[in-house]
Amino acid sequence: MDILTAKGVSKQFGNHQALNKINLNIPRGSIFGLLGPNGAGKTTFIRIVNQIISNDEGEIHINGERLAPRHIGAIGYLPEERGLYKKMKVGEQLLYLARLKGVPKSQAIKKINDWLTKFDLRAWRNKNIEDLSKGMQQKIQFIATVIHNPGLIILDEPFSGFDPINANLIKDEILKIRDQGSTIIFSTHRMESVEELCDHIALINRAEKILDGPKSLIKDQFRTNTFEVEHKGDISLLSQQDYSISNHVTLENGMEKTSVQIKNGNSPNQLLSDLIALTEVHGFTEKVPSINDIFIMKVKEGSHHE
Amino acid sequence: MNKILLIIKREYLSRVRKRSFIIMSVLGPLLFGSILVIPIWLATRDNEEKMVVVKDDSGFFVHKLKANNIEFIYTNESIENLLLSDSTILHIPTVDIDKTAEIFLYGKNNHGIEFENNIENSIEKEIRSIKLSKLGLSEGRLDSLNVHVNLHTRNSRTGEEEADSGVASVVGYIGAFAIYMFIFIYGAQVMRGVAEEKTNRIVEVIISSVKPFQLMMGKILGIALVVLTQLTIWVVFTTAIYTTISAYYADEMKLLAETQQEQSLINNPGGTKIEQAKMLSQISDKVEGFPVLKTIFSFIFFFLAGYLMYAALFAMVGSAVDSMEDSQQFMLPITIPLIASIIVLSAVLQDPHGSLAFWMSVIPLTSPVVMMMRVPFDVPNTELLLSMFFLVAGFIFTTWFAGRIYRVGILMHGSKVNYKTLWKWFFMTD
Repeated sequence: MDILTAKGVSKQFGNHQALNKINLNIPRGSIFGLLGPNGAGKTTFIRIVNQIISNDEGEIHINGERLAPRHIGAIGYLPEERGLYKKMKVGEQLLYLARLKGVPKSQAIKKINDWLTKFDLRAWRNKNIEDLSKGMQQKIQFIATVIHNPGLIILDEPFSGFDPINANLIKDEILKIRDQGSTIIFSTHRMESVEELCDHIALINRAEKILDGPKSLIKDQFRTNTFEVEHKGDISLLSQQDYSISNHVTLENGMEKTSVQIKNGNSPNQLLSDLIALTEVHGFTEKVPSINDIFIMKVKEGSHHE
Repeated sequence: MNKILLIIKREYLSRVRKRSFIIMSVLGPLLFGSILVIPIWLATRDNEEKMVVVKDDSGFFVHKLKANNIEFIYTNESIENLLLSDSTILHIPTVDIDKTAEIFLYGKNNHGIEFENNIENSIEKEIRSIKLSKLGLSEGRLDSLNVHVNLHTRNSRTGEEEADSGVASVVGYIGAFAIYMFIFIYGAQVMRGVAEEKTNRIVEVIISSVKPFQLMMGKILGIALVVLTQLTIWVVFTTAIYTTISAYYADEMKLLAETQQEQSLINNPGGTKIEQAKMLSQISDKVEGFPVLKTIFSFIFFFLAGYLMYAALFAMVGSAVDSMEDSQQFMLPITIPLIASIIVLSAVLQDPHGSLAFWMSVIPLTSPVVMMMRVPFDVPNTELLLSMFFLVAGFIFTTWFAGRIYRVGILMHGSKVNYKTLWKWFFMTD
């Protein structure tokens, strides 16, 4: 079942259409990438889900129930613009944020202990946030996001501002939380940063969803049967009818690299044996489009239609 | 509702635990206490007599001058010799008592106004009495000409004696000014708090858990509790300090009262001692008939409601700006009514029940300060209730109005904000 479904969600700010009839299904237990360039409408959608703003049209359901204030405790939100009270103690701050999410005091204290231990921050419990390093503050921010065991965690541009070590630490924690049954939504314009993590994606551009589905399916859809061949010796004699050759480069070590697209439905094995007949093959990999490539392709497509 | 309590608690505790709050809580009463105590101390300390050498060429004043804290010594030495010494010398040349007397005071340094006045007065008094005897009048007979009228003001409906204007003015002015100060100081705190949350960017985390309006009200109410705490500490401490010190200095206090009495006798030659005593006793009479409970209640009400009304507006400004420097343009319209109400206070004092006073004390933006000035003059209850009603209505309106701008403003960064933008935000749907 889907943890979140959006049907025809629209939002307008003055004359600016921020979201235009967005439909989304976010499967439970998935890591869902909400991708798109800056200003596409991702943050608006997330703010609607968090009930910070409300949608003009459409409906959002969480676990099949219409989105309502009681769902606040079921969502963990790490906004793109994040911060903490600088002059508040680490422990008190986490307790405050947890209690605002509706966690009872004693339970919150126990959870704070667990998380601070996990991130090796116990000694900092009674220090003010401003005394912590940036990396530690980011960890605290992450704890605040998940302290109430939310079923749905929404991370807006999660890795911007995190140093690589912390980013990996957080990634590991996110995967653990997912394995415990939570659903995670990543929103980002840096698609390569979350591509490997996501199993579902939706692409949003200019207030509209242009593509969504399981990542593997989308990638399959956009496979072009193009292979990158590393070889020694000329391959230009390859049949022009069956294959199209592009991006020929000579590498420093005397090797050559060429992209070959299969046009006639031949299997890759066929291509390989055709190549072997012509040249010495050193490498052979399928060129799978990245989400970024797909996005650019779709956006171009969209602008052609206009 | 539970969540708003959490916010109030945080706002309250984070401020009350601050060092500056604790320092102010201790310093405030010491400051107020010292304002009450220092005059006593000064008066008791300043009892040493100054010596003045009098060289009287006219012969009118020998052994006759009298002044507070001054000992006059008379001499016949030549003025040239006297000037060689270090003492303070009063030189009275031959004078024509019908004309303005030209008298000289020599000394090493400036003597101070009070000292000079005392000498002037004592000489004037002596000339007067010489003139009186020339006219064949004695001081006693002249005293009998001095009459003192007591104007008793009574409320025509209740028949009660009304408070003296002097006491009412002082109480009203202090109350009005305190409300003005508190609204400014703590309103600014609300604004700073909101702007801090916005620039800190924590606000989005918070409002994913609570409604923006709850966050705004939580902050405003939390700070209101801080003010009440501070006020209570001040009142308790100041009273404690004052009672302790006045008990310790009980004798000096009595002395102070006596010297003041003496002084008024010297400076106010007319009037018999009996009348003077009567006048003194009237001062305590005047405190009676003063609407004490009504004034205290009104102070608390107008202070709280006024603060709540303005705090919402301050919160609105804090939510609209990216930094405190940008807040100036929006502060002006908020501060104008506050400053205007302080400016009209003297006019209100002249005519506490006139139409200016009435309207300014009914219009919500000026009523907290202006009504506080009027209350000690025993404002009719209907007017008081009318003013309270409009103030509460004003508070509900500003809170609703500010809340609409606040909920949009706190999430807006980087854009240039002017009145037109605020207007747009106001009409934005959620």
